[in-house]
Amino acid sequence: MWLPSYTTPSERLMRTLVLAFAVAVLLFLIAPLFIIVPLSFSKDPFFTLPVREYSLRWYADFFGNTRWMNAIFNSAVVAVMTTVLATTLGTLAALGISRADFPARRLIMALLIAPMIVPIVIVAVGSYLFFGQFGLTNTRIGLVLAHTALATPFVVITVTATLSTYDTNLTRAALSLGASPSSAFFHVTLPNIMPGVVSGAIFAFAISFDEVVVALFMTAAEQRTLPVQMFSGIRDQINPTIMAAATLLLALSIILFTILALMTRRRVK
Amino acid sequence: MTAVEVDRINVFMAVRRAQRPARRAALSLALPLIVFLAIAFVAPILYLLVTAVGNPETREVLPQTLRALESWDGISTLDEPVYAAFANDLKVAKDKSTAALLGKRLNYEISGMRSRVLAAARMVEKLDTGPYKEKFLELNKDWDSRETWEIIKRNGASFTPYYMLTALDLQQANGSIKRVQGDQAIFLDVLARTLFVAGLVTLFTLILGYPVAYVLTIAPKAIAGFMMLMVLLPLWTSLLVRTTAWVVLLQSDGIINDVLTALHLTSERLQLIFTRTGTVIAMTHIQLPFTILPIYSVMRSIPATQLRAARSLGAPPSSAFWRIYAPQTLPGVVAGCLMTFILSLGYYITPALVGGPRDQMVSNFISVYINRDLNWGLAAALGVVLLVVTLAIYLLFLRLVGADKIKLG
Repeated sequence: MWLPSYTTPSERLMRTLVLAFAVAVLLFLIAPLFIIVPLSFSKDPFFTLPVREYSLRWYADFFGNTRWMNAIFNSAVVAVMTTVLATTLGTLAALGISRADFPARRLIMALLIAPMIVPIVIVAVGSYLFFGQFGLTNTRIGLVLAHTALATPFVVITVTATLSTYDTNLTRAALSLGASPSSAFFHVTLPNIMPGVVSGAIFAFAISFDEVVVALFMTAAEQRTLPVQMFSGIRDQINPTIMAAATLLLALSIILFTILALMTRRRVK
Repeated sequence: MTAVEVDRINVFMAVRRAQRPARRAALSLALPLIVFLAIAFVAPILYLLVTAVGNPETREVLPQTLRALESWDGISTLDEPVYAAFANDLKVAKDKSTAALLGKRLNYEISGMRSRVLAAARMVEKLDTGPYKEKFLELNKDWDSRETWEIIKRNGASFTPYYMLTALDLQQANGSIKRVQGDQAIFLDVLARTLFVAGLVTLFTLILGYPVAYVLTIAPKAIAGFMMLMVLLPLWTSLLVRTTAWVVLLQSDGIINDVLTALHLTSERLQLIFTRTGTVIAMTHIQLPFTILPIYSVMRSIPATQLRAARSLGAPPSSAFWRIYAPQTLPGVVAGCLMTFILSLGYYITPALVGGPRDQMVSNFISVYINRDLNWGLAAALGVVLLVVTLAIYLLFLRLVGADKIKLG
């Protein structure tokens, strides 16, 4: 398989073994994700396969429970606010950074990489203690601020990547033809870098929607997000309703991932 | 300086001046983000650093006592003025309900101090006038102990090394710093455990991930694309979903045990959930894509012709691989491994849900001190230790591979 003609039999065997190993690892990567799907549709409250009888009872339980519905609502509100804030700040910054004469490149690169490197629990505790001084713990605003700090770097990176293929002469042409800077941006630059902006927004949404550690520290029962609700559910007593929640989150990830993949493909064309 | 040089400098300055508006415009676009990150990200971390050394309790609750203690040499017996000042401070503290705060803080350094302070505060509330000294001694003869007053005086300072020392299993006693003995010494253990688990996870992701990265480079395009999807999809799935999956899989009556017993690999069901083994398996699964992607991106840039050349010059397959191919993949291996190691150090959710009490990492202890013990100073100090270790390894990363290797996949 996939080998030139001069290979020896032992090399063929080796290659087959490597292939088999890689396939096994890929199954190890993907199988645990999909094992939760049949379990969430099982009628029994056990976590064993094969499923004896299928039912939607855990989904009914999930959608009928105000605590889960409240958690979804909180997650959605926080993620949407984070997305708007992170995409605006990140896109603006990317426009500045991409200019040849940007003066503080090293500073901003360090600032942007830091949220990816600093352990999340430190961000969580720091935010909890610092925002607590201003009464922002146990509020959605506090959580949005912390999530935006985590999400913006991804927006900057995706928009900067798109801007590197954007011909800035287009903006210049628009300006020389009498467009105001803002209409040049909204009518010429933005439509051209839209794939990067949307990718960044999807990243920001996914990061906020999935984030659990900062949310654990920054929220009380009222602002509890979906991942926090799942976390405390598993901690108490894992039950199949959590499988339904996990399956829905998995579905959301796949949808976002597909949108992102389609957009990247279109950009390549 | 010659005239030519002066001209050159003038021209250079003029060019810089001319560029200034453009530079300013570029900066002003990024300024909102810089300001935002300074407030919402940098300030909280700085605040954490300050909390790790902050020492406000004694200063706020006992201002008069500290003033009275200023001239104390630390040896002589204390007299009525100090006790009177202490009594006054405690009366105020009782009104403002801050005595418990002080008691809790001093209790970190002398056990039993919490109840002593509270009892003293209750006592002085009923006293109108002195002398106070004998009343305090009547209540508890330790109010005469040199150690008590030494610690109160020491904690009059705005900053304390106490939390940082505790986080490193050290303590201050009689002016020298000593290692904490026995069951009090837990934090170096936790740090070592964190490093060990992170190292183990890194090693496993490398062993599992290297062949996958290699196969990704040699597979035909369509198949490689599909395989890549299998690497990227887990990365995109919520960490909590992946951890949930492992919680379910690792149950004693769960699927892994079902399979193992069905294959007669074990006679009895294994305890996997709430163990180190389970934690390492789940973390390896979660970190695998982070190790695979950098290795893959380096492997992709190695021309296939090199291996062919080595073979045609007579190298046997194994030495062609180990001497030609493997050394060139090293930058990717280092980047992937350091990335996984750094991220593994900060794990919280997975050890909390999959691990047992002996598998909790630094992050979990930080959370316990914030949420359960309300000892923010110690939580912050542990955070500083974790941050310093992480940054040290990150700087190593920069030295070895450079920041541009950080990719989103």
